[in-house]
Amino acid sequence: MEPLKIADEIKEQFPDEVLDIREFRGQVAVTVKKARIVELCRYLHDEPSLFFDFPADLFGIDYLGKKENRFAVAYNLYSIRHRHRIVLKAEVAEASPVIDSVLPVWAGVNWHERECFDLFGITFTGHPDLRRILLPEGWEGYPLRKDYPLKGPGPDQEWPGFVDVLDRAEQYKKYEWHG
Amino acid sequence: MDNLFDDTETTFETKQLTVSLGPQHPATHGVLRLDLDLNGETVVKCTPYVGYLHRGIEKLGENKTYFAALPLSDRLDYISSMNNNVGYVNAVEKLFGIEAPERAKFIRTMVAEMGRLSSHIVWLGTHVLDIGATTPFLLAMTAREKILDLFEILCGARLTVSYPRIGGVRNDISQQFLDELYAFVLDFPSRMDDYETLVTENRIWKERTVDVGIISAEEAINWGLTGGTLRGSGVDYDVRKYAPYDAYDKVDFKVPVGVKGDCYDRYLVRVGEMREANKIIQQCIENLPAGPVMAEAPKFTLPPKDLVMKDMEHLIHQFILITKGPTVAEGEVYVGTEVPKGELGFYFISDGTGKPYRMRVRAPSFVHASVMPRLCEGGLLADVIANIGTIDIVLGECDR
Repeated sequence: MEPLKIADEIKEQFPDEVLDIREFRGQVAVTVKKARIVELCRYLHDEPSLFFDFPADLFGIDYLGKKENRFAVAYNLYSIRHRHRIVLKAEVAEASPVIDSVLPVWAGVNWHERECFDLFGITFTGHPDLRRILLPEGWEGYPLRKDYPLKGPGPDQEWPGFVDVLDRAEQYKKYEWHG
Repeated sequence: MDNLFDDTETTFETKQLTVSLGPQHPATHGVLRLDLDLNGETVVKCTPYVGYLHRGIEKLGENKTYFAALPLSDRLDYISSMNNNVGYVNAVEKLFGIEAPERAKFIRTMVAEMGRLSSHIVWLGTHVLDIGATTPFLLAMTAREKILDLFEILCGARLTVSYPRIGGVRNDISQQFLDELYAFVLDFPSRMDDYETLVTENRIWKERTVDVGIISAEEAINWGLTGGTLRGSGVDYDVRKYAPYDAYDKVDFKVPVGVKGDCYDRYLVRVGEMREANKIIQQCIENLPAGPVMAEAPKFTLPPKDLVMKDMEHLIHQFILITKGPTVAEGEVYVGTEVPKGELGFYFISDGTGKPYRMRVRAPSFVHASVMPRLCEGGLLADVIANIGTIDIVLGECDR
């Protein structure tokens, strides 16, 4: 099915949810509200004419200062049977960075949701194992947010694990061999 | 003495044991750590830990121009950097709205399949080595050495090549390269026969892989698996066929699929893929069209270096493109390409400046590593090693 047709189909089924439909280079992104995201994904997965069985990707976007709702969670969905693709973007406000987990629909989004939580600080309610995944436990801040500095928080706010390593290196310096 | 065995059964107590496998274990193919809860030899629970190689490639990409971010893609899956480059430039070209010339497309297809061969050779060697056979590993590495030598003739680099460029390729290929590659291609099927003689019907190999780590087609799709890991379950999803890029719609190749979805089927699929990749390279050499290797799009591609050295205008042009980056239309694109590990996708969000507003990398290894608990739980500890080999992950791509 043509991507714009899919977007119309979504709009027909969920008229109050769809905020915006954008096409660029033949690909369509549909911006939706986050409230009924699980229901919407369930519909996309189960409806025989759409049948989005393959969760290609899930990731966060930070629109700092560009949009009213700062964050968005993007769902990149593909149907192997019908060979069509759609991108859903659910808007998430900065005041409550929480969205429902779509894990009951696709098992494959498990780690993507954890990664989004890790790097953007968006909480997925209903996720059974929401921990940091790429960064170590105890890391402060969310690096993929636009206001997080590229080179990290600075030398005086290093991650405790790294400070520990530096301390130990200092401690063992006296055993260095200077032959 | 009669009731000795009964006696041990009643008094012998078992308790659950937690074993940490990795991150420095040679069978984990990098720095993957698995916490395994064992009941005897049976795996009760498997918890993977990743992130040891996290370098923030997505964050770095947002702070570099489109040209400068290309070498970052080399560092994703460092065994097949050529394929990552091809994926990256295809996505950027779609965002820019430009197209590479025909000759460049054929060259890219050729080198991407060479990258696939080199990656699958490493997979075959290490997978078989983990199970316990040393000889195929040593044999396979000689073929990979030859491919890396060819890359060196092509662009001077062996591992992090950055040879495909936005709008084409870095330089045209030489006759020496073509001759040596053609000789390699003609010789390769006999090398494959050598590997397969050692492995495919080997009784120990079959004992260790048949009916191990079975995943059904529906479940594999639901988990988001791609590449050989998905095709082993009988799904013929291959981006090269479903959404052809470069010259894949102009070459003839088959997509091997498995039946059962166990480790052995995935092995057969990848071995079949190696033979098909060889055929694609041969077709690309035989049908290589003449013409330029860089697109005529001055706003988006760098000018030729010899002109930059001689000509003021081209120098200014190069300076602007490198420092500010090209002016791109606002919008967002996703392009997936078939790399040896699966579907590598780049999602770019452009805000009209020379740098991507958001660069998202959809890494197949990340998804494949997440399916480890599903494959391992309920199986034996020895099967964990077979499962790590069969999902074919590279942690550089997984952690990004």
